[in-house]
Amino acid sequence: MSSATELMKRKKSESREISTQPKGKVKAQTSISGSVAVLEALVAEGVTDFFGYPGGAIMPIYDALYDYTDTLNHILVRHEQGGIHAAQGYARTSGKVGVVFATSGPGATNLVTGLADAQIDSTPLVCITGQVFAHLLGTDAFQETDVINITTPVTKWNYQVTDANEIPSVLAKAFYIAKTGRPGPVLIDITKNAQIQQFNYQGYKPCTHIRSYRPKPNVRKEYIQDAAELINQAKKPFVLLGQGVILGKAEKEFRAFIEKGGLPAASTVLGLSAIPTDHPLNVGMLGMHGNYGPNVLTNECDVLIAVGMRFDDRVTGRLDKYAKQAKVIHLDIDPAEIDKNVQATVPVWGDCKETLPILTALIEKKDHPEWLNKFREMQAEEEDVVINDELHPKGEIMTMGEVLDVLNELTKGDAVIVTDVGQHQMVACRYAKFNQTRSNVTSGGLGTMGFALPAAIGAKFGAKDRTVVAIIGDGGFQMTLQELGTIMQFDVDVKIIILNNNFLGMVRQWQQLFHDKRYSFVNITSPDFVAVAKGYSIAGKSISKREGLKSALQEMLDHKGSYLLEVMVGKENNVFPMVPQGCGVAEIRLK
Amino acid sequence: MKQEFTITVYTENHIGLLNRIAIMFSRRKINIESLNTSPSEVEGIHRFTIVIHEVEEVVKKLVRQIEKQVEVLKAYYNNNDEIVWQELALYKVSTDKVIEDVKVERLLRQYGARAVVIRKDYTVFETSGHREEINKLVEVLGDLGLIEFVRSARVAIINASNGFYEKLKEFEEEKPGSEIVENEFLDKQDEVFSM
Repeated sequence: MSSATELMKRKKSESREISTQPKGKVKAQTSISGSVAVLEALVAEGVTDFFGYPGGAIMPIYDALYDYTDTLNHILVRHEQGGIHAAQGYARTSGKVGVVFATSGPGATNLVTGLADAQIDSTPLVCITGQVFAHLLGTDAFQETDVINITTPVTKWNYQVTDANEIPSVLAKAFYIAKTGRPGPVLIDITKNAQIQQFNYQGYKPCTHIRSYRPKPNVRKEYIQDAAELINQAKKPFVLLGQGVILGKAEKEFRAFIEKGGLPAASTVLGLSAIPTDHPLNVGMLGMHGNYGPNVLTNECDVLIAVGMRFDDRVTGRLDKYAKQAKVIHLDIDPAEIDKNVQATVPVWGDCKETLPILTALIEKKDHPEWLNKFREMQAEEEDVVINDELHPKGEIMTMGEVLDVLNELTKGDAVIVTDVGQHQMVACRYAKFNQTRSNVTSGGLGTMGFALPAAIGAKFGAKDRTVVAIIGDGGFQMTLQELGTIMQFDVDVKIIILNNNFLGMVRQWQQLFHDKRYSFVNITSPDFVAVAKGYSIAGKSISKREGLKSALQEMLDHKGSYLLEVMVGKENNVFPMVPQGCGVAEIRLK
Repeated sequence: MKQEFTITVYTENHIGLLNRIAIMFSRRKINIESLNTSPSEVEGIHRFTIVIHEVEEVVKKLVRQIEKQVEVLKAYYNNNDEIVWQELALYKVSTDKVIEDVKVERLLRQYGARAVVIRKDYTVFETSGHREEINKLVEVLGDLGLIEFVRSARVAIINASNGFYEKLKEFEEEKPGSEIVENEFLDKQDEVFSM
């Protein structure tokens, strides 16, 4: 045990960040405006690219930004919702805090969807909104809205600044809260008078401690010992991989853990890409449209080890039929997640970057070939009944799956895949190949249609040397297609694939299966997407025949700059397997 | 089974925190029976006392979610056996009635009421106690010329608490020691393990 303790201590000291601070433009002890202080804070926090939209109440900050364009790259979006989704995409691929600016009133309320999305998917964001002059607060002034109270339920923390002296310390706090512990969105509302106000600048001090905030619960080694004991005794252990592994930058630690224990692992939607798709212990995806084996075998395993995941209802199905036979080990940084949905036999509080190595040190090196084989057998069954027909359909009509299959072949799994919400999202998550972490960007918890296009813009700025492919449905694309303007103006190299089935496909699938085929308002008409793209000077093509698929995808990937490819796919195809609502995971249907 | 729980929350004294805490209840459609916010034994630290009627399972999860809020230092929940609590009530009664009716005077004495203000036309009495006692007095006074009545929220002291000074010291340290127990739940090993 002493070695494990040492390891814990070492890991603790390693995890302390040593940062070289980028230099700002102004020195401490000089008089500056609140606006300049905001930008100094961004520079000090290492922000390079961020997103926003100006307006009346944030004009002083935009005025100051005029002199900072050499150090700060501001991307002008077409709508504040696009701005915040872009910041989310940026945070997901870069691992840094996403930043977005918006003005008061409608500018700020347009952020709400993105805040809710970032809150439920634990994405670190700092949003800065302008606000009317402090003396006008509560007077129904032009573009005044009570942003703090509107955003309270969808932010990890929010704060209104009315005095410029507060700006450096409040922004330091904002970045610290956004990125530490379980990350989340923070909103800082700054009144116009505070932006204009000159004050004596004391320099920027990053925040390292807030007395009422403990980002990491203490690691309790006796619980890790108990967890290790359970794992060592297990005959059929099964690991659930959540986004916590990615957020904790613990991909290596996770791999070492499952490899030493010979533990099969399946991923949640947001955990995808944390380990490579073709890793021998990766048995697929969990959840409503996840793989057959992981769902069925959840109810056969003897020890279930959940790492950085929150037992979302789309993962568990009916809770009273979920893994009742298993002892549950739950590793999470957020104490409120333990026992929230699934009772943990052994709770392991803490940052998995710290807890996983200790656990790995304590478990025996093992293989579970027979158990692993069960996953393989069920995989083969799923291939027979579902996957082969989806990836290599015999009919003339194209499927979403075959587009992904050819895309995998061409990108070899090196691309960042950004998806929207619906059938195409589930198909992409099921079939996209991932070689490296932070390659899957999607709206998981909130299920925000319209997420993908702006998020892909941000994803590209967060991973400039990687290919970014946005896969979007015909419905979702029409929710935020104005961001094509951002792509045009800033030459953002994003490859867009619209999988067009002329339906709001997921809703239609449910109406078919559970509402007697009463197709109520799912028949959606689309514009000529290629012509729309052309209007924004974005090259594009539409295909409806299989023969052209590979060459069209190749052309898209080879194209210099952004490209839009519309693929006409089967109108009434369904995503299977599926755990119907109200059913247990073992009741998953293959057709 | 639903029962009465008293939730005690130690927080920073910041604007907007009341809303942040209140919406944790309304989001789950839980009615707040009583809510009191006041300074605590520690300067600069605020104390919320919230009474709800719920099952323990829900309260336990709710308290963890409350404690997770950035500006919340600590949250506890207790049933009525684990606390000492009081509510304060004010009653305005016609002074003539008090003088005329012997019953009123007797009642007020029986309930330990004290006169706060005595005017020609009305008298204000005060009592403190549990809700049931206060309710009973209101009921009988109702027939005897009660003009106005108001009752405060519950304030409660946790029997087992050693106050917040020590906890705060831990929180103010940059790096808490490894021996600090962060959550009471962790110490209830027997209840946690089923091995």
